[in-house]
Amino acid sequence: MPKYVMLTYLPAGGEPAPEEVGARWGAYHQAIKDAGVLVANAGLARPDVATTVRVGDDGTQLTDGPFAETEEYLAGFFLIEVEDLDEALKWAAEMPNSRYGPVEVRPVWGA
Amino acid sequence: MSPRDNERWPGPDPAATVERTFREERAAVLATLIRHLGDFQLAEDAVQDAFAAALATWPDDGIPDRPGTWLMVTARRKAIDRLRRERAVTDRIARLAELAGLDAPEYPQEHPLETGAVTDDRLRLIFTCCHPALAPPARVALTLKTLGGLSTAEVARAFVVGETTMARRLVRATRKIADARIPYRVPGDDALPERLNGVLSTVHLIFNKGYGAAEDGEGERLVRGELCEEAIRLGRLLCELMPHDAEVRGLLALILLHDARRAARVDPQGRYVPMDAEDRARWDAARIAEGQEVLAEALALRRAGPYQLRAAIAALHVEAPSAAETDWETIAELYGALGRLTPSPVVEVHRAVAVAGARGPRAGLALLTPLLDDPRLTHCQPLYAAHADLLRRAGDRAAARRAYERALALTESAVEQAELARRLAELGTEEGA
Repeated sequence: MPKYVMLTYLPAGGEPAPEEVGARWGAYHQAIKDAGVLVANAGLARPDVATTVRVGDDGTQLTDGPFAETEEYLAGFFLIEVEDLDEALKWAAEMPNSRYGPVEVRPVWGA
Repeated sequence: MSPRDNERWPGPDPAATVERTFREERAAVLATLIRHLGDFQLAEDAVQDAFAAALATWPDDGIPDRPGTWLMVTARRKAIDRLRRERAVTDRIARLAELAGLDAPEYPQEHPLETGAVTDDRLRLIFTCCHPALAPPARVALTLKTLGGLSTAEVARAFVVGETTMARRLVRATRKIADARIPYRVPGDDALPERLNGVLSTVHLIFNKGYGAAEDGEGERLVRGELCEEAIRLGRLLCELMPHDAEVRGLLALILLHDARRAARVDPQGRYVPMDAEDRARWDAARIAEGQEVLAEALALRRAGPYQLRAAIAALHVEAPSAAETDWETIAELYGALGRLTPSPVVEVHRAVAVAGARGPRAGLALLTPLLDDPRLTHCQPLYAAHADLLRRAGDRAAARRAYERALALTESAVEQAELARRLAELGTEEGA
């Protein structure tokens, strides 16, 4: 069965308050686990604690923060295993974060 | 040449007959092959191989009794040949074995084409080509290529892009279908209305691409007739495949009723003719009759929808004995209903124009003027063109002149520009007189 990563993005400064999504995350988590499609998932710490590593000819460079100034930042991901894109899109639409920011659905290479 | 040969080749050119027959059968064959192979590109290539085989043998042997079956069997064999050549790829070996099981040893005279399945396969193909995960231009291109059987060069010409660009766009789309696993199926009831809407808007887009003020490097042409014909063909196919859907019929009625006016939209010099000045003698009566009939069938299903409302508006336009006798009151009501169903500022522009037709330019301006402040309409050329016309009709020449200038600045189409410039010039003459 093909695998997909669902990447959830949130607008910088426009995160939903925890009480708005907390209960729905619980239900979503339960549903996606019960469906047997969840492989792995994680929420990410805020992008301002990120460090970016870049290796060039002059050696390794470390930069404070995410790789680019963006209006939307990567907030978390789910790795799922489902029948096809339609099923993945359904899970993406049901994700509580999808009301606040885009969810990118990408097939896992060769999976 | 025996009389039987004459029957087989009614046209002077056997190759043309092969091509026509192939074109009629190809979408169904391709659709079924995609289901068997699960691979758009391989299926396309195999169908192309089968066409080459048909061109090589049919002119001598005659067209087979069941050309669809012949093409199906031949294409399947060609696919197997192709898979054999590429069998280093492991996952294809499994499919090869499966296909070998499907393949009959001889050309199976008794092997009927799975008719019921073919209907479903074609519907699956339409829904896959119009999947919302594909960008609208890719949907249009893929639909024209797979269901319409247009060549990549023809699709490229229709879109006024280079053939390489179009080839890349098509490859990208078929690759996304394979790699992202866009399913090859008709969506279930929960997603069907939404998905069907994507299919209908793709067909509508194809029609508009042909009907709209299209301009290309080969000169300015208001109409690209072959795309209109293709959209009508697709609309008829959808009606055949989904006979109980009112909006499917609504769309077909809409495009038939618009298409009926196609020949009258430009004058012999190729200039745009405004609708109220169209030569009604050049309208296609048969197409109007068909459009009216399809609309009646749609309305009988008693599930109103936006395409049916727009078809009803188009019907009122072509049913009027003259432009002056158009039933603007009812058209305004229909635009009102359309606006409630699918709220859009552009629909409000049309409603204002209809109200002006029914109750005079001042009544239209009362509805239109507030729309000028709508930020969504900042670049809406029809709004400013309508505003200019209503001001002119209301006798406010100075304001009309400013509005025409604004509309002109927003118009990209040279034919429309010429028409607006003509009206602006007329305004000057009237004032000077």
